Formats: sequence, structure tokens, C-alpha cells
Amino acid sequence: MRTVLRSATREVVIGGDEPFCIIGERINPTGRKTFQEQLRRGDLSRVEVDVAQQVAGGAMVLDVNMGAPLADEVELMRRAVRLVQGVTDLPLCIDSSVVEALEAGLDAYEGKALVNSVTAEEDRLEAVLPLVKRHEAAVIMLPNDETEIPEEPRRRLELVERLVDVATGRFGIGVEDIVIDPLAMPVGADTTLVNRTLETIHLVHERFGLNMTLGASNVSFGMPDRAGIGSAFIPMAMALGLTSAIMDARAADLVRSVKAADLLLDHDPWGARWIAAHRARQEREQQAPG
Amino acid sequence: MNRDELLKALYEETLVGNAPRVLELTDEGLAGGLSPEELLFESLIPSLEEVGARFERGDFFVPEMLIAGKAMAGALEVLRPLLAETGVESVGTFVMGTVKGDVHDIGKNLVNIMLEGAGFHVIDLGVQVAPERFVAAIEEHRPDIVGFSAFLTTTMPMFKANINALEKAGLRDQVIVMVGGAPVTQEYADAVGADGYASDASAAVARAKELLGRRRAAALA
Repeated sequence: MRTVLRSATREVVIGGDEPFCIIGERINPTGRKTFQEQLRRGDLSRVEVDVAQQVAGGAMVLDVNMGAPLADEVELMRRAVRLVQGVTDLPLCIDSSVVEALEAGLDAYEGKALVNSVTAEEDRLEAVLPLVKRHEAAVIMLPNDETEIPEEPRRRLELVERLVDVATGRFGIGVEDIVIDPLAMPVGADTTLVNRTLETIHLVHERFGLNMTLGASNVSFGMPDRAGIGSAFIPMAMALGLTSAIMDARAADLVRSVKAADLLLDHDPWGARWIAAHRARQEREQQAPG
Repeated sequence: MNRDELLKALYEETLVGNAPRVLELTDEGLAGGLSPEELLFESLIPSLEEVGARFERGDFFVPEMLIAGKAMAGALEVLRPLLAETGVESVGTFVMGTVKGDVHDIGKNLVNIMLEGAGFHVIDLGVQVAPERFVAAIEEHRPDIVGFSAFLTTTMPMFKANINALEKAGLRDQVIVMVGGAPVTQEYADAVGADGYASDASAAVARAKELLGRRRAAALA
């Protein structure tokens, strides 16, 4: 399955035969007090810094979320999408739980975006999927419904089945434009949870071959040495069929483990990118003073 | 084991979340003539307070907090009926729930543990709690405090809807309203008319005690 995303000038493909797609997660005010205050004042200057850092770290798509409490999320999303597209040619993932903000982001966007996200709740499907269709975007879909985040992988698979049926059947969205979020849960809350996420990835991959992405940092919530956990988790998930993650591209350890897994899973023919990255690092180290 | 040794052992075993040992020591203490209040106020509560303090400092992590909470809950099951018999009141009653439209519960559960650890009687309504269920629970349990948890910017507006429902039911003045969750801020809590906000579980307990103390002082004045 190939999910094609585009900016005005660049195309990025998420797929099982492609390098793992790193979606940079940092353009998001959650938990960042200063950034939230800036957004409330309509000040988007921080966005440019975050974009530059995510791009430098190796992000291939950028997630844009403007969900600051008491801020005008709709207007901020419109402005942020324009701003980010002015400073980078990477495709964007438009991230909001507010339907109007998704719409504003899609309206402002040039290219084919990824919409983050919609659950299996009927009213959410009815509100979000027409937007996805109208803008010919791709969409991240979550297998949780009105009542629960199902723990059982088989139950999650049933919901994925329903999501695919609704998106393709009722709304005419191409199956290749569906990206499933198999729901990464914090291992610190319950050490049985990540196994279930991994099994869900395996089941969705086997049954549908769909592309999948998830919020990688969820897994290590509340634990020490979060990068160590993420660096183990992502390659495990990749081996089972995860094709993308929303993650902080500034975390060099994490990005390196993704690249190593790409090599090991035959997504980097002759190890050319792995070796090139090594050379680039060597060069930077030689140039660095001292 | 003498009295002090037992209380110290109970404190230490709760701190590391050794549930079977905590239960044994609780039984042993009761058999040896210690009162439920002594076990609760001299071992269990101070131990959970220390867990919270360590968590806040970054020395303790989520699983350690959960396991300590579980150990304490086991002891509380034994002690609660005895405490009720002797007429010992809990610090306060707290009705808690994740708002309608939201299924996230990990943060809420951590707060519950710390509240119970501080001696509150916590009634957890779970996730996806509609305003009318909060109203019904407040009418039934007459809590001192009600807590609304939300993890999403889209579900945070339910705080206001819940508060409106309390006002409509004539309950707003009878209960302290606290709000929290990942995207929530003090400014947001103020804007929706909540009485209190805290950014983490430990701070939530401190804030709950402070608000309760203030309310009780005002009632006496």
C-alpha cells in the first residue's frame, strides 16, 4: 500500500517498501506554557524554530497542531499551515480534534495533506471524512469508538474493518489514503499494553496491508530513559508492519534506531543511506571546533 | 515486632508496593492492638505522601506509583469498615470522572491513587461521564469535591457543560470543582469557573486539601 502525500513541490510516500516515514511532532503547544501564551497572542514565531529543528533532525512530514487552550485554533491553524509551507517543502499532517480547525488547515494547504485524525465514533466520521474526501487528503484513523479504547487486538481489528468500510464505501476514500493508528499505550501504566499494540499492528498488516502510524512517545510516558524505550519499540513495531510514526525528530537516538531498522528490514538497499548518514556525521564532527 | 517497628515496616513496604506484605502487616498490626487510625495515619498516608513527593521530584516513576497505590488499596479494604465503625471520618469525599467524549483514564487514575493515599474517599465514575451522571453522583454521595478530567482540547469544554449542569441542579455551591488533564491550564480552569486546577497528581492532592481547608474555615467563620 502506498499513501502519497504532497506539498506544492515535493512528494513523500508512506509504504512498506519505502523508508519509514518520520512525522515530526513538535509543532504542537501541548505541555508548552510559553508557546501556548505566544499562540494566544497570535505570535507564531516559535513555529519557525520548531520546523527548522524537525527538518534538521530528519522529519519527512510535519505534524501541525495548534491546540492551545483559549486560543483561536481555527485561525491559528490557517496561519500556521501557510507559514510552515512558506519555510519548508515537506508535506504536512494537519492535526486537530476540532473539525473546523482541520477544515481551515486543509483550505490553507497546498498539496495532498494527511489529516490527524478521526476515531470510529459515528459523529466524528460524518464530520471529518467528507472534508478528507473533498480535499483529496489522506487520513489517520483510530480504532476506538464511543464506548472504549479496546484492549483486545481482535476488537481493534474489527473497528479497523469498520473504519475501512465506512471510509471507502460511504465516503469514497481510496483505501491507500487510510493510515491506521494502532493506538500506542504507555508501558508504564501497564506492561501488558504494548504487546497488544504490537499484535494490533501485526493483525492490521496481515489482514489489510494498510499503512500505520502512531504517537511513538506515548509508549514511554511516565518512565525514565524514554529514548531507550522508543529506540526499542519503533524497530519492533516496524518489523510487524508499522510504516510511520509521529515522533520528535530532534531525538537523534530515536531517528538513528529508525534508520538502522530501515537497513535491517531491507528498506535501504546496499545500506547506502546508513553509510551516507555516517559520513555526514563524521564530516560535521571534523568541522566542529575543538 | 514492636509498635514502632511494625509501623515503620508498613511504611517501607507500602513505599515499594509490596501488596502481600502490606496486607500481612496490616493484619499483624490490628492483631497486636494497633488501631486502624494509627496504621492509616502513621504509616500508609505518610508512605503515599512520600511516593507523591518522589514522583514530583522525578525520583519515582508511573509504575512505582501505581504499585504503591495498589498496596495501599489492599490495606484500605481491611481498614475501611473498621474506620467506619469507630467513626473516623475520611479527609474528604471526592467524586472523580473523565468527561463525556473522552476515554483517557491514566492521569485520572494516578490522581485517584494520590487522593486515596492522602486519606480521601474517592468515588471514581470512570470515563465518558456525562454531566447528568456527575449530577446524580453528587446528589447521591454528597462529596466535598468533584474532579473533571479531560485529555483533549475538544473535550475540555465539557468542564463548562458540567459546571452548568451543577448550577442547574442547584449543586454548584455545595461542591468544590477541580479540573485537570494534559491540555488544561490554570487560565482555562479560571475561564470555565472551576475552583481549582493542578498540573499533576501530587499537586492535585495539595490543592484539594487547600481548597477543602479554606471551605471548612469559611463554614466555621
